[in-house]
Amino acid sequence: MPHPGAEHSADAGPRAPVHPAEWPTLAVIACGGVIGALARHGLGVAFPQPPAAFPWTIFGINIAGCLLIGVLMAAIAEIRSAPGWLRPLLGVGVLGGFTTFSTYVLDIGRLLLAGAPHTALLYLVATPVTAVAAAWTGDTVTRSLVRRGRRGRRP
Amino acid sequence: MMEVLLVALGAAIGAPLRYLTDRLVQARHDTAFPWGTFTVNVCGSALLGFLAALPADAAVMAAAGTGFCGALTTYSTFSYETLRLARDGAPLMALANVAVSVTAGLGGGVCGMALAVALTGGP
Repeated sequence: MPHPGAEHSADAGPRAPVHPAEWPTLAVIACGGVIGALARHGLGVAFPQPPAAFPWTIFGINIAGCLLIGVLMAAIAEIRSAPGWLRPLLGVGVLGGFTTFSTYVLDIGRLLLAGAPHTALLYLVATPVTAVAAAWTGDTVTRSLVRRGRRGRRP
Repeated sequence: MMEVLLVALGAAIGAPLRYLTDRLVQARHDTAFPWGTFTVNVCGSALLGFLAALPADAAVMAAAGTGFCGALTTYSTFSYETLRLARDGAPLMALANVAVSVTAGLGGGVCGMALAVALTGGP
């Protein structure tokens, strides 16, 4: 049974599990997810990670994705005319498919099994700290740039 | 080329499933804590741990591991929701989100690996 407070959620959609009207949204998310996952896969092939080394490739992917989600969410909040499909395509789809939590967890286990506990601990802590800092940076810089641009147009 | 198609196939299922799971979970509680993202991240970590410990063959790993688990789980939404909690005056909940998600993700991964080892009779 859905909780009565559910309507207050910012993203609350229709109550049915999947309303037919939502198929386009799901398709847009799937397309974005494929683009993001293929970009992650391509970078993984281009920059393979040795098992006992700091996983720079996935670290870079996750941090870049967090910086860009900050940029995207600030742009959507500041620019009222942003189209409705922008967030499902780029936020939920591309950036959600590009970044990964499961590989982050698996690489911590790999580092421990490879006998590199210090690198595992460093990676475990450095990723969330840098990720939140990156999201904050993307959000803050984008907001200030949009506002400065707006002031410049209307002096 | 085959590998690219398998990654795409897995991601085409994983990304919309993350969206639907998040909405389903978020509709069932009334707290600010992002349980939806938590759920997909822990489930995806458990499945990837399971696949890695089997070990699954390269084709299964590309579709189910890189594609599906990679797209089902997310770091961008996880960090953005943490930032939003910290900004909305809930810094303790933001810290708890990171601590609980990482701990449960690791726990899920270990459980997945243990299940694979139990099923295959050990490495």
